[in-house]
Formats: sequence, structure tokens, C-alpha cells
Amino acid sequence: MGTYTLRRLLFAVPTLLFISLVIFLLLDLAPSDPTANLPLTIPPEVRQKIRESLGLGQPIHVRYLLWCKQFFINEPLNVLDALLGYAGDSDRLRVLSWQTRSPVVDLIVERLPQTLWVVGLSYVIGVLIAIPIGIFSAYRQYSWFDQIGTFVSTVGFSVPTFFTGVLLIVVFSVGLGWFPSIYDTTHRVTDWSSFLVQARQMAMPVFVLALYNAAQIARFMRASMLENLSQDYVRTARGKGFRERRILFVHVLRNSMIPVVTIIALGVPQVFGGAIITEQIFKVNGLGQLLIVAIQGGDLPTVQTLTFIFAGLIVAFNLVADVLYGVLDPTIRYD
Amino acid sequence: MTSARRGVWAQFRTHRGAVIGAGILIIAALAVVFGPHLWSIDPHLIDIRARNQGISFAHPLGADRLGRDTLARMLAGGRVSLAVAGAAMGLALSLGAVIGVASGYFRRLDGPLMRLTDLFLALPLLPLLLVIIALFRDALRAAFGPETGIFILIASVIGATSWMKTARIVRGEVLALKEREFVLASGAMGAPTKRIIFRHILPGVVSPIMISAALGVGDAIITESALSFLGLGFPPDFPTWGRLLYDSTDYLQQYPGRVLWPGLAISLTVLSINYVGDGLRDALDPRARG
Amino acid sequence: MKTALTLIATLCIFLTAQAAYAARGADGHLRIIYWQAPSTMNPYLSGGTKEIEAASLVLEPLARYDQNGNMKPWLAERVPTLENGGVSKDLRTITWKLRGGLKWADGTPLTSKDVVFTWKYCTHPQGGCSQSEKYNDVKSVEALDARTVRVTFGIAKPFPYGPFVGAQAPIIQAAQFADCLGARAPRCTDANFKPVGTGPFAVAEFRPNDVISFVANRNYRDPAKPAFARVTFKGGGDAAAAARSVLETGEFDYAWNLQLAPDVLANMKKAGKGVVISSFGTLVERIVVNLTNPAPGLGKERSTAKHPHPFLSDPSVRKALSMAIDRKLLVEIGYGPAGRPTCNVLPAPAIYKSTANDACLKQDIPGANKLLDAAGWKRGPGGVRARNGVKLSILYQTSTNAVRQDFQALIKQWWSKIGVETELRNISASVFFGGDPASGDTFQKFQADVQMYANNFDGTDPESYMANWACKEAPRPETQWQGNNVPRFCDPAYDALIAKMARAGALKERARLAKAMNDMVVQAYAIIPLVDRGRVSAHAKTLGGVVLNTWDSELWNIADWRRVK
Repeated sequence: MGTYTLRRLLFAVPTLLFISLVIFLLLDLAPSDPTANLPLTIPPEVRQKIRESLGLGQPIHVRYLLWCKQFFINEPLNVLDALLGYAGDSDRLRVLSWQTRSPVVDLIVERLPQTLWVVGLSYVIGVLIAIPIGIFSAYRQYSWFDQIGTFVSTVGFSVPTFFTGVLLIVVFSVGLGWFPSIYDTTHRVTDWSSFLVQARQMAMPVFVLALYNAAQIARFMRASMLENLSQDYVRTARGKGFRERRILFVHVLRNSMIPVVTIIALGVPQVFGGAIITEQIFKVNGLGQLLIVAIQGGDLPTVQTLTFIFAGLIVAFNLVADVLYGVLDPTIRYD
Repeated sequence: MTSARRGVWAQFRTHRGAVIGAGILIIAALAVVFGPHLWSIDPHLIDIRARNQGISFAHPLGADRLGRDTLARMLAGGRVSLAVAGAAMGLALSLGAVIGVASGYFRRLDGPLMRLTDLFLALPLLPLLLVIIALFRDALRAAFGPETGIFILIASVIGATSWMKTARIVRGEVLALKEREFVLASGAMGAPTKRIIFRHILPGVVSPIMISAALGVGDAIITESALSFLGLGFPPDFPTWGRLLYDSTDYLQQYPGRVLWPGLAISLTVLSINYVGDGLRDALDPRARG
Repeated sequence: MKTALTLIATLCIFLTAQAAYAARGADGHLRIIYWQAPSTMNPYLSGGTKEIEAASLVLEPLARYDQNGNMKPWLAERVPTLENGGVSKDLRTITWKLRGGLKWADGTPLTSKDVVFTWKYCTHPQGGCSQSEKYNDVKSVEALDARTVRVTFGIAKPFPYGPFVGAQAPIIQAAQFADCLGARAPRCTDANFKPVGTGPFAVAEFRPNDVISFVANRNYRDPAKPAFARVTFKGGGDAAAAARSVLETGEFDYAWNLQLAPDVLANMKKAGKGVVISSFGTLVERIVVNLTNPAPGLGKERSTAKHPHPFLSDPSVRKALSMAIDRKLLVEIGYGPAGRPTCNVLPAPAIYKSTANDACLKQDIPGANKLLDAAGWKRGPGGVRARNGVKLSILYQTSTNAVRQDFQALIKQWWSKIGVETELRNISASVFFGGDPASGDTFQKFQADVQMYANNFDGTDPESYMANWACKEAPRPETQWQGNNVPRFCDPAYDALIAKMARAGALKERARLAKAMNDMVVQAYAIIPLVDRGRVSAHAKTLGGVVLNTWDSELWNIADWRRVK
């Protein structure tokens, strides 16, 4: 497994470089214009000047190599400077967003807290709810618990978040006045009462996302458990007189985790990608909102950087999943 | 073989949820195919006097903000939504299953196919869609006419961008399955690869594929409506379930009924597929059949 | 004696300062929500409405427009005119005099050097300044003394109020931006996010595309203002959510630009927490008719003047399309009190408003049918009219927007009644209004028969707006498809009027010319005006002093806003 992991890690470098090139070409090919959102009162000549000042006049390979240099060399150097306490070289050009004209990496760092709090927490909650529900639903297949679980999870992933979000706001913010409808990103948790404020403003977006995530994972967990419960080895183990609990949690659960690990690993990068619709509805303004605003505004450096980080996470977590398969089921071999 | 199939059907029939689910799907399909002939109001017809009307004899499900008949729009919209979702899901599942089985079973294909999957997972969806539409819209429109052309485009776009999850899950299952004793034994006895895959591997990955199907249908209906907001989907006056739901979200407080119908239709469809999937899984499992 | 006087003077200053501090900031916290979030505080680097309005809390121009569109001196003592001698007889120079005692928020004095610097900053060739049009034809800007600035134009400028006037062209601090000229502009992140200004508020924290925190400017010229100590300026979400947060939950005090269906807004208002306000400017929702042929087979010559449109080149078809539209119903469904039916592309200010086209306000489907019959367009299969094998079949595109899609559906139905068949298409706004020459879906490339969008002009002078429809402004391959003459309208008589207006100094004459141009382009039915769109915003009932202004920043008088019971 060790050599496999090492080989995959080495292979990840050219893979990611290739992905970054494909993303760059794709973004270049897609119709976009950083001046599209400006009022029509700004005349075409001025728009052309703006585009030139952003470097759009240069040929594509120059722009791609410039981005590579800025992202792979200048940004890490900058982090290094910050860690070592140097002032940094002000002439070293970082990846600049076209909309804000500020370094993209700073924007991402600024957005991370709310994204991790809301999207990350909802994912953790979703997983923590889904796995026990999935296990129990499978163990007691077609019990009332299973039926309700199936129903709720189906509603959870068939009703889109743009609708559940607005519904919650109408009921709990407008009707009952329990939770704020607008997330305050400047809020700082310093004591118990400010923690309660934070908890209240997170309640609705976390609920919406956790429901959606839990619904999917619970379905896969349940199916995989069912698949394994009917396998021969379970009968053998029961025949040998093993305790039911041990059969369930050690043998069946372990073998059932493979699809669930796949799904969870696919979902983690999406936490960093943010939840575009939910963030929009509750005004969380995390990474998802950063990405969508950048796409709408034709802010290619921001889109490229965010998408590339996202790609890196996908490659990394799929590798983690592959390694975990081997841990869960030692018969799996890659070499 | 026929007896095996009869066995599957017999087992499926005992699953009450699956039978009800299948019934609902068939009714929905019949309704959207024949409904517009029975309820012959044009879904595009604007009757300004009927604006925001509630349930009445002339409009059994009410009328929308321009006075268009909601029942007619639900039927016409269902036709598009179900067709798009079915086609897109079929495409995504076949792609996902083929790629998943291939890369799980054949070690040499695993690397390249999974890196391809990584690439597809990483591509930003919105710009990708814009590029696809810019490249193919006019060509397909010229070849198949505006509606069929757009239908082909949307179904294949949704299908081609949503197979990756299925592929990863199927691959993971196959990786484990192919090392199981009965598969190894079958290989040792000299069974051809094709036979091993169809007899032993595929039945083992049916349930994750069925869940992906249920998830995929719901997603496809919503994605289709999201596409039309980007101007990538059907013309804006073309009703679909996803679009009807989105349009009425702003009116949630005033006319809650208007959100109910499309929401109910989407949820029922997904729920039915879920139960049908459950039933199918049970029916295909040789051990459960005893 | 002298010391006593000084003492009294000091005491006086001390006392007024005390009094002032009592009033300034007394009303606490003001919360504003813009559903589009500002990405920078430097309006010269962005040009978007949201950035300009956010910056207007901090940065101020020499003069600005009030709610009636009249010019008001702001940082200047008075508005220079021909009459008061501020504008030279040859219309080539304008001399501004700053108010006395103006200070930046950091306590340093504002001088004419800052004004000169602002001009240099925005006109630097590598800067990509989005407001450089405001400084068109400016030959030089000189500081005559610490408070006097003279702007010299290269040509006679009948309307010399482009530079330094309005929220688009405020004064920035020379000391802060000295190292940010030209290509270095984007590197000054601190300056761009936290500009030092003269306005009632100063930036405390700026989170791009999310939220801005302001505090009252301690050095603001009126010691009693602003009444609020802090402002939170939140961005993001959508118009419905912004409206809800002011009208229904009361979490915010002011919400900007609530383009929502009128019945949705009316329903939210019932909660009784806020007030919906609207005001009209120059924004007109219009259908633009393609006078050239958009057929895909024409390749690069698609939608260029080389190929006239197969049927829209017939004026009676264009007129019939306009006659079939019920503008009153469009307003009722899409805009409610925030819209007015209009038949002009130039709806305001009042002196420029033509009345010659008002017949269009009444829908006339029989008349339109008669007109088409007379022009030889005969109904064929499916009721669609045709002449010599050319069918009246229209591709009608617009940007994605709920109200626009409703308009499309309604107009499609009316046009079907006069035998015109319509295919609808909506395009994502960021593509439709973008200038990517590789994309076929931009409004300037116009690969459709008709399209709908809204347009307006900054300030109150329509000269450059009316010059949009000059022959040379037509987008075509040679201009990389850039240009403002989207209908590809071309009439030498119109071009002659544009040249005349550029020379006319008297307001009356300018108004006559502008009206004549409006009538010409509207009566040619190259543009079919639909709705004169107002700005709709909402504020909490506890917020006082709000005066909605469509000619300048909506937050133009935020120094006067206060809490009321």
C-alpha cells in the first residue's frame, strides 16, 4: 500500500498540472467578460481599456504561464515570508482578482471561516446522523423506522435547497422570528451570549445542508448494509454463535463502508467548494458565493484559482478513499 | 432464464412499496403523455383575467401570475422533466457503471479512467455548460429543430456531467467484490471475464446504481431548470417542473398551492424510483429469493 | 486682550465641538443591504453601480445631482456657470472653487492638488479607469491656488460638468493614491479597500463581495452629522431576500433596488415594518429591432449593414409590432408603481421629454393587422403572415430575469394575434451584456431579430446618450462588435443633429435637438420603448431623512439620515 500511495502522489503532480491547463482553456473558451456587469453607460472604448489593463490582450499561453508562476511560485513564497516574518517582496505579483483587484488567496482565507463553520459543520452533522440511521434502517428493513427514514431522506434530496431555504426563512424568520434570515460574517464569538447568536444564525443553513447530505449518505449506508447482511459470511458467523452486535458492527459495518467512504470522500472537497445556493439564500457569503460571483463577473483568476484548489482536494480525497478501501478490506490490492 | 425472470417478477410483486412506486411512475408517464390531449388548454395561453386565480372549475389547479392554466403547465412540464430526467439519468448511469466496472475490474484501466473521473469532477460546471452550448446549440438546432435539438443537448449535457459519483462508487464495490471467494473461484474454474462480470459483479452493484438513479432523477429535474435560468435550456416560456417550482418560490407566502404541485410531483417521482429500486434490489438478490 | 480673545475663541470651539459630538453618532447603528455586494471601494477601478454607491459614503464629488436632477454644489462653493463667470465665454474652461476648511478623514486639508491628482489618476493610459469618459476632451486641470481648480477642454464644451461631478467622479486623496497610478493601481489593495474620503463615514473594515463596516467620519465638515455612529453595508443574496429583511423581519434599515413583481412587494409591505419608495430617472426598458439580417448563413456579415433584414426592414412591420403591445398591462404585471408606460427612449428630465409619440400608449391590434394587410403581408398556414415567401417569424432574446421572461410571454401572445410567430430565448445576463467577441449571444452581436433590455445615462445631460445611434456606432466586425448603435440604425439626418447638439450651448436649443432625435429614432421603430422604469428601494419605518435620488448615488444624503420613532 505504501508504494502505491507514493506512486499515486507522484502521479498527482502531472495530473493536477494537466487539470489546471484544461480548466484554463475551458475558462478561456467560455464566453465571459469582466466588464459585463458594468452599467451600459460605460462606453465600449473604456471597456476595452479596462480589459487591457487586466492583461486580457495577451496571448493565452502567456496568461497561463503567468498564472502558474503566480500561483505555484509567488504565492508559496509569500506564505513562507509571512511565516518567517519577512515583510515580503512588494514587487512579487500574486494572483489578483479582477473584480476586487486584491490577492485571490487573501479572499479565500477571508471566506474560509464561514464556509467551514456552516458547510463543514453541516457535513459533519450529516455524516453523524446518516450512518446510524442507515445501519438501523437496514437492520430493521421495512420497519416503521425504516419507512420514515426512507420518506424523510427522499424528501431531503428531492426538494431542492432553494426551496427548503426560503421555506425555513418564511416560517422561522418571518413567521416566528426565531432565527435571523441574514448571516453576519463579521460576528465574533467571544462569550456564551455571542456563541448563542452564532448558533442561531447558523441553525437554518446548517439544517438545510445537513438534511441534504444526510439523506444521500443514509441511503447508500442502508443499501450497502442490506447487501452485506444477506452475504454467506453473516450466516456463517451467526451459525458459529458470534454475538449479533459483534457481527453487525465489526463484520458487516466494516464491509459496508466502502461505498459510504466513497461518497464521503467525494463530498469533502465540496465542503470547500461551498454551497452556492444555500450560501446565497442565507447570505453566508462563503467560498461558494465567491465562486459564483467570480463566474458571473468574468473574474477568471479567481475562478481558476478556486477551481484548481478544488481539483487538488478532489485528487487528494479520492486517494484517501482508495487507501481506506485497503484498510477496510485487506483483500483489495492495487499492485 | 425465463423462469429466473419470472422469479424476479414474483419477488418484486411481493414488495408493496415497489409496486405502488411503479404504479405511480406509470400513472405519471401516462398522464404526461396523454394528459395534454384530454386537458386541452394550451399551457402557453395567457388569460389575463384569470391571473393568480385559485382552484376553480376552469382551472382545477389554479392559474399562475399571467393567468396560464397550472394543470396544463404541470402536464406539459412533466413531459419535459420526466423525459429529460429519464434520458440524462440513463446516460449517466450507463457511463458510470461502465467506467466503474471497467476501472474496478481491469487493473490497467483503473489509473487512466479514475484520473479522467478526477478531471470531470474538477471541471467548473457553469463555464463548461456555457462552452458546450456555444459549440453545439446552433448545430443541433439546425439538425433536429429547436425543441428536439435542445432536448438532446440538455439530456446529454446533464448525463455527461453527472456520471462520476456512480463510477467511483461502482468501482469501489467492484474492487472488493472481485476478491470475494465466489468470484475468484469462478475465475479459477475458467469462466470467461464477460460471464464473471455479468453473473457475479453486476448483480452486486445494483443497489448503489439504483440509489444513484433515484438521486440522479431528482438532480436532473432541478439541473434542467437551473440550465434554463442560464439561458441554456428550453425557451423561457416552456414549462418544466423544476422551473414551475422555482418561479413560484417567490409567491410562497401568497399562493402556497402554487409551490405544492411541482414540489409534490418531483418528490413523488423520486420517492417512487427509490421504492422501485428497493424492490428491484430485493428481487435480483438470489439469496433473498431463497 | 489678545490672550482673552484667543481663550474665548478656543472655548467657543470647544463648546461647539462638545455639542457636535452629542449629536454625531447619537442614533447608533444603521444597517443597509445591497443584494449585490461591492467588490471594491474605489469607483474608478470598478464602475459598477454597487461600488459607486458604497463609495459615495466616503468619497464625494465637487457637485452632485439632487433628487430632481438639479446640480448642487457639494465640495465646491457653488456650481460654475456662464452667468456667474465660472464657465468661460468660449465654453473651453470651467473654474471650481472648493469650500473653505475641508478636511480629509485623516485630518489633513483637502486642496486643489487632490482634484488635479484625481484627474491624473483616472486618465493614466495604463490605469483602465472605468470613468475615464467623464474626463473626455479635458486638456488640462490646474490648481490656481489651494482652493481653486481650472479645467481646460480641448474643444468647446456646452456641458462642462463631466469631470468631478456626480457619484461616478469623486475626489480621491493624492497622498493616499500617489503610488497607485496606472499599472500600479491594483497593487494598492489597502487604498482601494479603505480610501480616505471627505464624506460622512469612513471605512473600518472592508470584506470584498461581502460586507463593509463604516464608522462616522470624525472630521466631517458638519459637526452635527452624521447621526449614525456605525453603518453595516451587507451584500449578497437576491432582491426578494433583501426586501424581506427590511419589510418583514426588520433586520435591516435600507434595501436597494428591489426589482420584484409588484404583488410580491405589496404582500411584504403588509407586515408594516417598512416603506417602499420609488423614483424615476432615465432608465427605459425597450425592444431593440434588428434592422440587419441575423441569418446564420451570412457568417461574418451576419447582423451587419451589408444585409438589410428580410422583413424588419419594412417600417410597417416594425410599427405593427409596437402597436400590438399593451404597455399599461406590462407595467401592471412587471413593475407596478415603479414603472410608467413610455413611448420615448429619452423619458426625462422634463425639458427633454417628447409628447409626439404618445399614441403608442394604447394597444391597437386591429390597427396593426390593418397595417400589415395593407403592406401585403398575408396570413398563411397557422395564421402566420408572409410576403413573397418571407414569413414573419421572430427570434426574441433577452437576459434572464423573471420580469423579462413574463414580458416575453405576454408580447409573444400579442404578436401571435397579428400573425407574427415568435421564438423566445433568454441568455444569462453576464453573457448577454458581456463583450466577449467569441460569444454569439451578446446583445451587441445581436444574432436575433429583436431583443429587450434597459438602458439609461448618467446625470441629466443626454448628449452622449443620444449620440448612441450614429451610423458609425453600429457594432460590426471592424469594431470587434463593440458599439452602442445596437439596432444598426443609420440616418444621415440623425447624424447631422448629433453634430449640431455638440455645438449648441443654450439649454432650450439642446432640448429641441434631443427631442427631435428621440422622435426620429422612435418613429423609425428601430427602438420600441416599453416602460420608463423607476428605482424601487425600501427603508424601515424607523429610518428618517431618506430622499431617493435616481440621478446620483441613492445614498447621496446619508449624512442627513436619522432614527425616528
